[in-house]
Amino acid sequence: MTDQNEIERDVMEYDVCVVGAGPAGLAFAIRLKQLNPEQMICVLEKGSELGMHSLSGAVLEPAAMDELLPEWRDAKLPIKVEAKDDKFFFLTKKKAIRFPNPPQMNNHGNYIISLGGLVKWLGEQAEALEIDVFPGFSGKEALIEDGKVVGVRCGDMGVNADGTPGSAFAPGVDIRAKLTVMGEGCRGSMSKQLIKRFELDKDKSPQTYGLGFKELWKVPAGRVTPGSIQHTVGWPVDTKTYGGSFLYHLDEDRVYIGYVVGLDYQDPNFVPFEAFQQFKHHPKIKALLEGGEILSSGARTIIEGGFQSLPKMEMPGALLIGCAAGTLNVPKIKGIHMALRSGMFAAKHFHEKQSSEGFDKVFRESIAGQELKKVRNIRPGFNKGFWFGMMNAALETITFGKLPWTIKNHSDHDALKKLSDNATPERPYVERDLPPRDRLASVYFAATEHDESQPAHLKVADTNICATTCAEEYGNPCTKFCPANVYEMIDDGNGGKKLQINAANCVHCKACDIKDPYEIITWTTPEGGSGPNYQNL
Amino acid sequence: MKILVGVKRVIDYNVRVQLKSDGSGVETNGVKMSVNPFDEIAIEEALRIRESGVEAEIIAVSIGTKDAQQQLRTALAMGADRAVLLETDSEVQSLDAAKALLSIAQKEEVDLVLVGKQAIDDDANQTGQMLAALWGRPQATFTSELTIADGKAKSLREVDAGLELIEVDLPALITVDLRLNEPRFVKMPDIMKAKRKPLDTIAFADLGISESPKLETVAYEPPPVRQAGAKVADVPALIAALKDKGVL
Ligand SMILES: Cc1cc2nc3c(=O)[nH]c(=O)nc-3n(C[C@H](O)[C@H](O)[C@H](O)COP(=O)(O)OP(=O)(O)OC[C@H]3O[C@@H](n4cnc5c(N)ncnc54)[C@H](O)[C@@H]3O)c2cc1C
Ligand code: SF4
Repeated sequence: MTDQNEIERDVMEYDVCVVGAGPAGLAFAIRLKQLNPEQMICVLEKGSELGMHSLSGAVLEPAAMDELLPEWRDAKLPIKVEAKDDKFFFLTKKKAIRFPNPPQMNNHGNYIISLGGLVKWLGEQAEALEIDVFPGFSGKEALIEDGKVVGVRCGDMGVNADGTPGSAFAPGVDIRAKLTVMGEGCRGSMSKQLIKRFELDKDKSPQTYGLGFKELWKVPAGRVTPGSIQHTVGWPVDTKTYGGSFLYHLDEDRVYIGYVVGLDYQDPNFVPFEAFQQFKHHPKIKALLEGGEILSSGARTIIEGGFQSLPKMEMPGALLIGCAAGTLNVPKIKGIHMALRSGMFAAKHFHEKQSSEGFDKVFRESIAGQELKKVRNIRPGFNKGFWFGMMNAALETITFGKLPWTIKNHSDHDALKKLSDNATPERPYVERDLPPRDRLASVYFAATEHDESQPAHLKVADTNICATTCAEEYGNPCTKFCPANVYEMIDDGNGGKKLQINAANCVHCKACDIKDPYEIITWTTPEGGSGPNYQNL
Repeated sequence: MKILVGVKRVIDYNVRVQLKSDGSGVETNGVKMSVNPFDEIAIEEALRIRESGVEAEIIAVSIGTKDAQQQLRTALAMGADRAVLLETDSEVQSLDAAKALLSIAQKEEVDLVLVGKQAIDDDANQTGQMLAALWGRPQATFTSELTIADGKAKSLREVDAGLELIEVDLPALITVDLRLNEPRFVKMPDIMKAKRKPLDTIAFADLGISESPKLETVAYEPPPVRQAGAKVADVPALIAALKDKGVL
């Protein structure tokens, strides 16, 4: 291993260093530069280019974009379709029953976009404002001095699998900044370190997450109604599992189809990927897809804890914004406008105060904070099962979230039941014939890439328990929930089993970092530029 | 000495290439674009020549749309001294590309032209050879090891039978193969420096090359989908099936 302290590193100085070029980070950078063109700002992005790691629905509520850069409406985005009619169905295995639309799901005036396309455009605007945007560079850890964040250490490049420097070794630079802004999105790896270090989640409800799958399809001509939006709940998951689909009709015979599963599911044998694929075989959906082809696909976790789980968004020298904090509006499953807003509020705060101090309060009292507070009880209501959740959601909605209680969240990693609890329900799944055949075939459409000569970026603290305790207690759930088949139990050559980590397949969804029941899997940043190369997701 | 390096903007090698919905070409909307990997090796080699102690100015040249500036910036961040974009919105075939690069090589009076052995988009493997022929200078193609000394280039070439060592007089053209080197990672401070390096744009039309497409694209089609295999019960059934297909 290379001794981190002995490596000589370049140092770069900025006023602000933003980690993560998602809507939150870019909105922060753009707004701050609009307020003060003198500020020197850099943005780090682990994807090889802007938008390559972006995966979202995405139905965009446009008001926040209008506030940030009104000219976005005339921008040539790769996907931008006006939302038209909304439908909401409850599925049984064979039937689809139309439900009234939950009011949060009204999408009038919204746009269906690809987040990757929006992010790329935002990046171009940022560069035009002379913000230094660095795709292909990941933030590895925060530089902390005297209890204050003073910048970011970027990941090293060209490290051999055994940790020694390779022939092309390039040490990551240290970026020193007056303010560091974490815009890493859901379950950010640096944000996780900082939340722990500064106890930002103290006295908060545990954070909870969902895992979302998404595919972009091209289907035979004549089946698509551009702008049509459909959500479903029900089959193929049982009422104890929080899960639902989205289906957005685009132009050029294309559709987005996706499925989100609450990571608080209990059955260790549950395979979220399979639930998504089963859903696609519902007669109502299959008829749309059959004969078409997948253009791209991927998976990403969603932060669902809402207001009661929102960590303190400030610490000395740094801020958490967007989904790195958890600003997503869960009943709406919309986080882009919230991410944009939190970025803009943060920029305004820093511009006025030249410090991170006080931002947490400012955000909570802002319209964005209030939007979150209003809907705080809807998602946790589903912890008591689907029907209770629906009733509760209706009640919370008609009372505008003014009821005097806040339902607590529980953490996802301890939601799993043991095999001995027999928590696996009957799953009368159907025979599948639509692509992709399996998770490996699906990863192919994510165009993910990691140079295999680098150390595995998924760290399992204790691999001994995989074949023993975990196999017995839970049957190795990592081999089931990982959307990219990264974790496999293989023969160890002595008649036993051992864990194999196919790190090169990873699509950076972060589910393993969240759901592993022993909390021993840590997702770390691989060499910058590695990971998926999502096209229009 | 002066070194000219060709830098083509192509669809990234990780991308699954897809046809446009109207079949008029390959989809590039929302698709990741990169420096042709062989050209990246050519840039790296030019840098290594300079780092070996030869005093050299490295000029990166690309032919393409305005967007190709991005790839030229990558070349500058890797270490090229300056860049020239020969801007055009139309597709440029190998012969015209060779003529265009040559016009810059002659104007700049370069001693060495380094290009990838081929671009991974059309895989033509022609531009380098055509350039050398038009230039009337020697060429060393498929180079996997290169030494420059005393006005000569020694190239170890990958050929069908194995390796071949040749020596050519400079000025010369070299096309590079995969094993020549491993391109370096671009460093953050160098990206900043690259923003200030000169990048000139010349309209392709102003080069005085009469665009003369020699090839006409008739149609684009995806490769046929592999049919699912069939299982047969036993050997006689297999033989029968093979006979049926006319392969036995
Ligand atoms: C399946 C699914 C469907 C969704 N549907 C919708 C919808 O319809 N409407 C809606 O509004 N929202 C939707 N969302 C939510 C929305 O996508 C998020 O709320 C939003 O993307 C959050 O923005 P962000 O900037 O905080 O984070 P992200 O968009 O996640 O961006 C974070 C960026 O930081 C980069 N990064 C992370 N760590 C590092 C590091 N250490 N170093 C360098 N770079 C790093 C990442 O690569 C990424 O580019 C959906 C999400 C999912 C997963
Ligand atoms: S290894 Fe972890 S982060 Fe990577 S795809 Fe699998 S679950 Fe997601």
